[in-house]
Amino acid sequence: MNSGRGAILAEARDVVKSYDHGRITVLQGVSLTLRAGELVSLWGASGSGKSTLLHLLGGLDLPDSGELKVCGLNPVREADRLELRRRHLGYVFQLHNLIPDLTVAENIRVPALAVGLPPRETAARVQELAEQIGMSHRLTHRVQDLSGGERQRTAICRALMNAPRLLLADEPTGSLDEQTGETVFSLLKSLAERERIAVVLATHERRFAEQCHRIVRVRDGALAEV
Amino acid sequence: MRFLSLVLINLLRHRLRALIGVAGISFGVAAMLTILAIVTGAIGMFQRILSSDSHYLVFEKNVSDLFFSSVTTEQVDAIRGRPEVAAAHPMLFGIVSAPGHPVITCFGIERGDPRLRKGEWLAGSAADFGGRPGEVFLGARAAEFLEAMQGDTIEVGRGSFTVGGIFRNENGFEDGGVFMPLAEAQAFFSRGAASSVVAVQLRDENLGPAFKAGLETAYPGIIALENREFSSSYNSFKILNFTAWAVGICAFCLGGLGVANTMLLSVFSRIREIAVLRVCGFSDRQVAALIFGEASVVAAAGVAVGFAIGFTVLAILEHTPQFQGYVQATISAPVLVGIVATALITAVAGAIYPARYASRIQPAEALRYE
Repeated sequence: MNSGRGAILAEARDVVKSYDHGRITVLQGVSLTLRAGELVSLWGASGSGKSTLLHLLGGLDLPDSGELKVCGLNPVREADRLELRRRHLGYVFQLHNLIPDLTVAENIRVPALAVGLPPRETAARVQELAEQIGMSHRLTHRVQDLSGGERQRTAICRALMNAPRLLLADEPTGSLDEQTGETVFSLLKSLAERERIAVVLATHERRFAEQCHRIVRVRDGALAEV
Repeated sequence: MRFLSLVLINLLRHRLRALIGVAGISFGVAAMLTILAIVTGAIGMFQRILSSDSHYLVFEKNVSDLFFSSVTTEQVDAIRGRPEVAAAHPMLFGIVSAPGHPVITCFGIERGDPRLRKGEWLAGSAADFGGRPGEVFLGARAAEFLEAMQGDTIEVGRGSFTVGGIFRNENGFEDGGVFMPLAEAQAFFSRGAASSVVAVQLRDENLGPAFKAGLETAYPGIIALENREFSSSYNSFKILNFTAWAVGICAFCLGGLGVANTMLLSVFSRIREIAVLRVCGFSDRQVAALIFGEASVVAAAGVAVGFAIGFTVLAILEHTPQFQGYVQATISAPVLVGIVATALITAVAGAIYPARYASRIQPAEALRYE
């Protein structure tokens, strides 16, 4: 296990999150530390709070209480949240969530549009990522012409466009067949090891969780290191 | 791919929906263009009738419409007698009908009126005007729709007249009108010795204030206005202009609702996609700009299509005999700019709520129901 091998990238302390005006508590005072270059699995059953924790770390949602610090920024503050999403975070969903009717290259470029990256630089980065992920032969194809695995690899490219330090992957293999799931997982693992990107993988599949550097079990809104 | 590409792709993806928005704006543009062109054209024609070779217009004070104005013969003589005046041309307006033609404008003028001299005579001549009793002279368009030739007898109002001559006039109203000598018109319309308006030509334009002051002091019941002053203060023109803009803006409001509906549907159908854009780093302003961008493209396309429809309709109206030359479309650059501005403002206003809604989409909320 590589736990603790890099600088601290993100920290959650005593984070509480509930829905329906406090009637449903999803996270009950959880704490977590993430370091650069580590691949951490949030492993738990559906509805255990994995996605909610990812949303909080990614600044997509706000905690009821507790402290969060991600890449030196406070996701509770709006300006920090935007900066986090733009410069420091990449997000991969269970469903690829690519924009239909755009080509693979255009989908990968979307985060570059948000930060106003110059076109030439954007094109070079798209090419570099596509080659890295093995999608360079599909750049001009539309999303609807891709297989499930190719769509997910495109989504990973998009998440990496602005060179994030933290990649949050929410059940990225959940909608894929076994073999394609393995391929996507291997890709995420190699990114963590080669690019020293911290990758947090929310999954309910034990086989993937066990291959991560660290397993954090999520059950009934609480975390436990396995 | 640039920001505009994202805007265009969203519109192209839902072509029919985008076309509905475009249609809403284009109908607004076409309606406004057509109405304003007709109204401003009609006002322009009327102004030219009044201001033919003149500096001042004299008419009865406080009348709601020039058709009800009465300037007496004594007053006309007094105007002619003033030292500042080079020429004065009284004119009586009347509305008559002929079989199949309910509204024909009738002009009672004197033999020396400049419009007789300026017209292109197709039959007869200016010298014939007023030479024989019971004669009327027709504008070329009037002769066309009344199917009359020189020497024919036509029924106009309650009388029968012989067509003494036909002349073409560049002014649509006059070209579709019936002309008769002033005295005969006064008798025909039972207006005694009154004229509706007197067009006054001064010896020197600088004498205008003296002429106006002198005349209005001597005859408090009449008013003398410079042509420019008349155009801006005449109530009928103001009402026509106001009505045209009001109708046009109402048409645009409907178009704006169409855009609002289109953009709302567009936002509602891709809430998840907008959430993903937020996750990818789009700020709320960028998301709003995306929606406003789409609305602006819809507006621009609507303006282009609307102008095409509007100008086609105007061209057809101008050449339709049934309109008897009353439609002479005139559209000035400021009016065109006004229409474009109104279209853009309407579209952008229609996109305010959808843009606000889109910019407030919370990514977690939108993505939770995956």
